[in-house]
Amino acid sequence: MIKSELIQRLAEANPHLYQRDVERIVSTVFEEIGAALQRGDRVELRGFGAFSVKRRPARIGRNPRTGEQVQVAEKHVPFFKSGKELRERLNTEDGE
Amino acid sequence: MQGNTVTRAQLSEAVYQEVGLSRNESAQLVEAVLDEIVDSLVEGETVKISSFGSFVVRHKGGRMGRNPKTGEEVPISPRRVLVFRPSHVLKDQVDQSLSQGG
Repeated sequence: MIKSELIQRLAEANPHLYQRDVERIVSTVFEEIGAALQRGDRVELRGFGAFSVKRRPARIGRNPRTGEQVQVAEKHVPFFKSGKELRERLNTEDGE
Repeated sequence: MQGNTVTRAQLSEAVYQEVGLSRNESAQLVEAVLDEIVDSLVEGETVKISSFGSFVVRHKGGRMGRNPKTGEEVPISPRRVLVFRPSHVLKDQVDQSLSQGG
């Protein structure tokens, strides 16, 4: 399912809403999560999961081709851990 | 690294501010967005949100594990796990706002 299909499904389930509003709802949800991560905040959605940012410290890396040492700068990466309820649903209701 | 925690309440508030539905309906719609994603994942479908990332269900085979405390061998049954792969856009945004000179 891609974003436009998600919007489509929500629009069908909520026929009283304008498609344009459904699009804004979906975009707002993901934009807010993204904005929170950019602030270094954690986003906790019980039953679904939690988004957070992990810091990867600077390190000395190596170019695998030349063997040359390179300085790799500190990095911050988005991280998601699925919630307990979702993990359980993935393993009880088999979709296949 | 950890500052504040954002929950459904803030997402609903943002939808309320942005779209102009009632607070109650905004909250229901945030829930509906999450529910649609979960339903899709439970069906084994990948959920791909452009400029945000994809949620992918992966199958893990069974294996023998070990209780690290007792050393006892315990079977781990095959299971499905959810992996989130952030998009390049999200990764760049997060890294640029949080890493020095990133």
